[in-house]
Amino acid sequence: MNFPKELSYSESHEWVQKLPDGTVRVGLTDFAQSELGDLVFVNLPEAGDSMEIGDSFCDVESVKAVSDVYSPLSGTVSAVNEELLDAPQLINESPYEAWLVAVEDVSEFGELMDAAAYEVFCAQGH
Amino acid sequence: MKLIFERSVPGRSSALLPACDVPECPMPEDFARRQALHLPEVAEIDLSRHYTELAGQVFGVNDGFYPLGSCTMKYNPAVNEEIAALPGFTGVHPLQPIHTVQGCLEALVTAEKLLCQVTGMDVMTFQPAAGAHGEFTGLLLIKAYHKSRGDTGRTRIIVPDSAHGTNPASAAMCGFSVVNVPSGPDGCVDLDALRAAVGPDTAGLMLTNPNTVGLFDKNILEITKIVHDAGGLNYYDGANLNAVMEVARPGDMGFDVVHLNLHKTFSTPHGGGGPGSGAVGAKDILAPFLPRFHAAASAEGYVFEDAPQSIGSVKEFYGNFLVILRALCYMRTLGEAGMREASQMAVLNSNYMRVRIAPHCRIATDGVCMHEFVMTLSELKKETGVTAKDVAKAMLDEGMHPPTMYFPLIVEEALMVEPTETESKETLDAACDAIIAILERAKTDPAAVRSTPHNTPIGRPDEVAAARSPKLRCEFS
Repeated sequence: MNFPKELSYSESHEWVQKLPDGTVRVGLTDFAQSELGDLVFVNLPEAGDSMEIGDSFCDVESVKAVSDVYSPLSGTVSAVNEELLDAPQLINESPYEAWLVAVEDVSEFGELMDAAAYEVFCAQGH
Repeated sequence: MKLIFERSVPGRSSALLPACDVPECPMPEDFARRQALHLPEVAEIDLSRHYTELAGQVFGVNDGFYPLGSCTMKYNPAVNEEIAALPGFTGVHPLQPIHTVQGCLEALVTAEKLLCQVTGMDVMTFQPAAGAHGEFTGLLLIKAYHKSRGDTGRTRIIVPDSAHGTNPASAAMCGFSVVNVPSGPDGCVDLDALRAAVGPDTAGLMLTNPNTVGLFDKNILEITKIVHDAGGLNYYDGANLNAVMEVARPGDMGFDVVHLNLHKTFSTPHGGGGPGSGAVGAKDILAPFLPRFHAAASAEGYVFEDAPQSIGSVKEFYGNFLVILRALCYMRTLGEAGMREASQMAVLNSNYMRVRIAPHCRIATDGVCMHEFVMTLSELKKETGVTAKDVAKAMLDEGMHPPTMYFPLIVEEALMVEPTETESKETLDAACDAIIAILERAKTDPAAVRSTPHNTPIGRPDEVAAARSPKLRCEFS
């Protein structure tokens, strides 16, 4: 299981990457994709949508189930990763490159963990 | 197996038509097809074998044990079929004069009366063709009710996280936004979370009781009161009614509208043998909004009534009549006492299996369950790598249909078992023996379980490829 040091992590298994230009990318962690199994569909929000901490902003579908993805921050969607619409398997193949949304005007972050804390969190079976 | 088109040979046919004894009249050029029709050309014997082979590829409740949780795959009594095949019921047309179909209307009115007694509702529509269709219809009634009162700010439907997936989907289809309420550790609704979720924007709550972990929510009266006090209405998802027929009624629990799956609880065919029926019952406050074609008695005999502020039709005419008739036959055959005993036996059978399996696998809830229970295989997965799906596949090899997998979502590696009341103790014991043997084999020889099934027409289909790039058309060369 991969836990890149430069990212932050939420308890609902999203990763958060702060880019130099002030925007923030959000994706699903390696742990999340392995628990979900092979993804077959991703339903993304639209640029301009607002995101609120703890609200579902996207859903992903595996052969097992459809799962909500919860926002680790509050802000406005500036771009979505449209590549995923045709190739949801990218999330399984390289979860930390397959960002879901880019967010601007971030007003607040939810409670986030660093890589070490998140690794422990996952090991505890959350 | 071959597609019927792959059995086709040009010029071969199943019918011997008499010689044409009228002048031939060509199709007007405007309407004539430019391309030949793609119809299979086969002899009757090939056609017959094709369907027999198809039948061999499927598994129904007549083939073996079918404990598919939340689906109530009970046996469909033959007497239902006998009644539904009577020519007075089959040889009718929706548009024939109403005085010539009084018996059919009486059957609808009687079925409504009996189902209202079972649910504690005042009126019922039979238009919806299945459960989710019933949810959609019931929510439209709730929407129409609020709108008729000028109460337009009620835009949110509350759904617990253990709900059937159709609940939030139906709410979204009706234009509501969905508020998820978490379950407590006992699998029941978290009352504090519910209190925090309701407000002036609450249109209603959707709930199934017993819930999806097989527990009767002990706080049900408090739950429905919280929603009523906030001005919302309560919707009962009738998927699990088989646990409580003639024992407890949604109407008495505080629900205002309910859908029934006649193809679950009331023994009409379910699955490929359908069609289904998602009858919707409602309290009087919702009666003015019922869909059209509501059969009722009048001074001139039985008639179809249209409710004054009807939401319109959700299906043509009065729904799947012959299905409703089968349900009526079931209720008339069993009577009140028989339906109560059916529910009691459904609960007993479920608990019998739960107690036999519990020493070998953790059960998601403690204590007595209702008509179904949920096994959680997360420990087995950690220890052996064998998943709920692998165990389900291994059950196929034992000649039984697997339980519902990976549902409810609040239980990890879930297998949801609903034996129903129509199975004998011998069948339950054989199923328990087989499941326990699979769980034990998973510990000693996990690879063997992971390689199943071996005795089925196909092994493990590639579900990912099927979902990502489905092949839905037969391409003709």
